Amino acid sequence: MDGNLITAMLFATVVAGTPLIITALGLLVNEKAGVLNLGSEGMMAIGAVVAFAVTHHSGSPWLGAGAGMLAGVAVSLLFGFLALTLQANQVASGLALAIFGVGLSAFIGKPYESIALKAVPPVRVPFISDIPVIGEALYNQQAMVYLSWALFWGVLWFMYRSRAGLVLRSVGESPASAHSIGFSVIGIRYLAVMFGGAMAGLGGAFVSVFYTPMWVEGLVAGRGWIALALVVFATWRPLRVMVGAYLFGGVMILQLFVQGSGLQIDFPAQFLSSLPYWATIIVLVVISRKLSSIRLNSPASLGKPYRPDA
Amino acid sequence: MPELPLRLEPRAEPSRLMPYLSPLLAVALMLAAGVLVFSALGKDPIEGFRLFFLNPVKDAYGVSELLLKATPLMLCATGLAIGFRANVWNIGAEGQFILGAVGATGVALYFEGSESSLLLPAMVVGGALAGAAWASIPAFLKTRFNANEILVSLMLVYVAQLLVSWLVFGPWKDPDGFNFPQTRMFDDAALLPILVEGTRLNQSLLIALAVLVAGYVFMYRSHTGFKMRVAGEAADAARYAGFSANRMIWIGLLCGGGAAGLAGMAEVAGPMGQLTDKVSLGYGFAAIIVAFVGRLNPLGILFASLLMALLFLGGEQVQQYMNLPSSISMVFQGMLLFFLLGADVFIHYRLVIGRRSA
Repeated sequence: MDGNLITAMLFATVVAGTPLIITALGLLVNEKAGVLNLGSEGMMAIGAVVAFAVTHHSGSPWLGAGAGMLAGVAVSLLFGFLALTLQANQVASGLALAIFGVGLSAFIGKPYESIALKAVPPVRVPFISDIPVIGEALYNQQAMVYLSWALFWGVLWFMYRSRAGLVLRSVGESPASAHSIGFSVIGIRYLAVMFGGAMAGLGGAFVSVFYTPMWVEGLVAGRGWIALALVVFATWRPLRVMVGAYLFGGVMILQLFVQGSGLQIDFPAQFLSSLPYWATIIVLVVISRKLSSIRLNSPASLGKPYRPDA
Repeated sequence: MPELPLRLEPRAEPSRLMPYLSPLLAVALMLAAGVLVFSALGKDPIEGFRLFFLNPVKDAYGVSELLLKATPLMLCATGLAIGFRANVWNIGAEGQFILGAVGATGVALYFEGSESSLLLPAMVVGGALAGAAWASIPAFLKTRFNANEILVSLMLVYVAQLLVSWLVFGPWKDPDGFNFPQTRMFDDAALLPILVEGTRLNQSLLIALAVLVAGYVFMYRSHTGFKMRVAGEAADAARYAGFSANRMIWIGLLCGGGAAGLAGMAEVAGPMGQLTDKVSLGYGFAAIIVAFVGRLNPLGILFASLLMALLFLGGEQVQQYMNLPSSISMVFQGMLLFFLLGADVFIHYRLVIGRRSA
């Protein structure tokens, strides 16, 4: 394999992994507070379509990304109201958000189908982008890619080095204790859900504005669900989320290279397209086999409602 | 947060009435929201309401179309409800539906030209088995490796869509079909007989009603059904009584997959008459809402499937007459589930006016 091909593959892998990193890190913070929001596919879809529409009308991808984040927050609050204020079943509420979000995005997006946005140019980091092979792949990327790395360091610092992160984790591990020393469990969980919504919205915005850049119904194509699986795969640890997201990114772009390489492989394209979904299943099997590792690492109150005055 | 002069107070015992009232409350809220949605879109809300909710069933043909649309929803939702009752979360009915359509189509194409009266029964079996086989993947991975059945069954929806796309673009493509992604039209012997002359309503409605009755008998009259209800309502009690959790996972997923497979069969052997890459319009996902709104009860599912079918038809109406995307159906369907989950809070809580007396 020559250097150019490696560079191209690495570049595409990083791009394909980025929306997964952004969304999964948001879900990780969300779940660390003890709330399981299965609606990420819906939040990503809404974020994607709103970001696309705002970018199309304003001409600014950054305004679009911001709008996508806000839209993600807005729909995450629907889930928050049901699951946190009304104590509804978190699984059912999340599913409702997934179905609603995908439907609403198709509805909003209909007039925008078959419109293409201008591609957002990459940002070259001086000097280190000249490193052979990896420089071009890693440091001549979309600004959002760098942002996803910053997000990773931010989440890492917040979760394990800041007092607020400690409080958040305590709310996820033992909401009753956190409540008894004066923290508002529901309030903190609302913030965590909103952060999850913002990141899913941003992840969706990356797909529709920076990655493809276009909108069709079903554009998110299961990335929201894959991000949920990634968090389990990562056993709720940010570094493993990064690694996992790039692994998935690699699987996602594999088909492009098999098709583009001119290799005469007698595989239908649909088979290669299904690989990320099979990979998700395999990853879930491998990680879930060790029940003890899941039990040890998952936030103790994940998915369980908490009522302060009960 | 500032305290409102309204608050929720726990009931001493869960309300007996609210589980039945809350779906009605949810429907009322959805209708009210419908008026708001049409106003917000700049359409005449009364006209939108009439087109969406009343126009589809204004004549006998409309009612037959409603029953036709409700059939796959009834089938899928009954199967799902059996699993949901035991907290087996099969979210992949959409994929199992597609596999059912593929299985039935496989039988129909293999025996192309046959005029045997056994062809349709063979397609029914083929569809149900294919759907159940697809659902057996999450069942096996859950029972053997503890892999989350929500995510696995959902991933298989995407795989199923790609599988059907490969079939109709590749080996099963109609050679005389001008390259459209579809199979040959089925022979008459592979089509479900029409129930009412002059409509598209076919015998799959009878199959669906039979499945509803069978589902009722299984849930409320059989020992296994009883155990599954216990497992869903009191997991600890079920474990203490020694009920096998793995067995329930298998039953829940196989029932869900088999019923969804039947629905897929009914679609290709009914209104479509062939397999295309757009075989499902989201019936498998809509059926999740049907199951919840129907309170996981076959009689409730009957009503809920009619309501959800109306939302599908209403979407087509406003697309035709108001130039709105038909995906507005999904918006209403999602809202309905939101409202239901919200209204369910009153099963365990009551609304009290006045501030908390400290």
